[in-house]
Amino acid sequence: MPEIYQLRCRECGKLWGNEPRSFCEECFSPLEVAYDYEALKSIAAKDKLAGRPFNMWRYAEFLPLPEGFSFPNAVGGTPLVASRHLAKNWGLGDLYFKNDAVCFPSLSFKDRVVATALAAARQFGFQTVGCSSTGNLANAVAAQSAQQGFDACVFIPADLEPAKILNTAVYGARIVRINGNYDHVNRLCAQVADRFQWGLVNVNLRPYYAEGSKTHGFEIAEQLGWRLPDNVVVPMAGGSLITKIAKAFRELVALGWVEDRPVKFFGAQATGCSPISSAVKRGLSRFEPQKPDTIARSLAIGNPADGPFAIKQIRESGGWAEDISDREIVQSIQLLAETEGIFAETAGGVTAGVTQKLVREGRIRSEETTVVCITGNGLKTTDALAAEYPATEAIAPKLEAFEAYLDLQLAASAAAGKT
Amino acid sequence: MAVTIEIPTAFRRFTDGTPKLDCDAATVAEALRILTAQFPGLSRHVRDDQGQIRQFLNIYLNEEDIRFLGGEDCAVKAGDKVLLVPSIAGGCCSLQI
Repeated sequence: MPEIYQLRCRECGKLWGNEPRSFCEECFSPLEVAYDYEALKSIAAKDKLAGRPFNMWRYAEFLPLPEGFSFPNAVGGTPLVASRHLAKNWGLGDLYFKNDAVCFPSLSFKDRVVATALAAARQFGFQTVGCSSTGNLANAVAAQSAQQGFDACVFIPADLEPAKILNTAVYGARIVRINGNYDHVNRLCAQVADRFQWGLVNVNLRPYYAEGSKTHGFEIAEQLGWRLPDNVVVPMAGGSLITKIAKAFRELVALGWVEDRPVKFFGAQATGCSPISSAVKRGLSRFEPQKPDTIARSLAIGNPADGPFAIKQIRESGGWAEDISDREIVQSIQLLAETEGIFAETAGGVTAGVTQKLVREGRIRSEETTVVCITGNGLKTTDALAAEYPATEAIAPKLEAFEAYLDLQLAASAAAGKT
Repeated sequence: MAVTIEIPTAFRRFTDGTPKLDCDAATVAEALRILTAQFPGLSRHVRDDQGQIRQFLNIYLNEEDIRFLGGEDCAVKAGDKVLLVPSIAGGCCSLQI
């Protein structure tokens, strides 16, 4: 497949070919991958998908993959779960959870972006790859580097959840812990990319990396029967995912694979780190950076690089942005698990809780089709829930002990019922 | 006050390859004025048409984003470092064919 894509400046339109570069040296604005859509129309066909496995590579023509690229592993292809209980509880007709908590290989949607970034890293001849990360991205870089034989070096805030650190270390990646928050880590990585010849997936490979997010959107459309939803609720950290789902939808419309219809994009943040939702709610086009203070560490980016694009996308679609407290995040994780059987990380709690808030505010309506994006697995952030489930007293392995236990439980339930 | 402005590689084509500039300034804004006076080609990359610092350019005084220090009018002292770091964003709000 010849390359039908190249980097283009978002502001001045200058074309840069394909190289490890994230901003335009003419005007210092961000670059994105632009496609020759006429050429894409001639090579992409919906009926070709029938013989392909259900993972992100089935949309290969829409991705920046070099000629002769061989698909290294199955990534994506996650379930779109039709809500049985929350839809009823919230009074919604059609509610779905796009569940990237079970994305392979590392249980978050970051597997998708790393997949396309490493394709670019291979093309550009990098042996060492890395990233700045709030956790999930480091997991994905480490896992896929192990699969593909790259050396991985990841930079993380020193206070990340232990599970996310362990889930990176286990793949043999070098981990550099930084005394600072994600924004400090990200700034350092911009300097590292400037100094060393490394492929940093979300720095100098970022335009290619970001394209992987589109597959979350392609899958949603295909799983809805090649139809776009009315509403999408997306968690926002750097703000890239929400804009890439929108790009995926636009591309499907441009190729005539789905009928064009207005889709409202809703952004979800934690109140303790809400630069984008604050800007949307205040009607600003520029966000004000914040110092993150939330249990939703994977969304704790106070200076979101794609924030201005996310704000624009939300506003132009007629959507909205909301944020919820840490307490509400925990409650929402529990609600999602208890009602739908989906154990999401803190970011998933944010998205579910914000969806509930948007329904209460009347911004999401009952007759509409709504997709809620769950982007990471709850097993990675169990610290956030530990206090909710204190250990219970153990009993002897005897039937009478169990009967006594039941009596106690029934008495406790009865007492609780009276209060 | 003698402060040092560190210039990332991508900007150096406008500074004749100069990686840093020492200058006497009382504020970050003054340091930027001196920088762009010395290297006029940088001016339009530092500020937009309204004279604001460009949206995708982050400026740090030592370890801190200047937006947390009251903006570009924040005071600098001898030995401070001013860092210019392009924001790394993917972008995507258009579908140009």
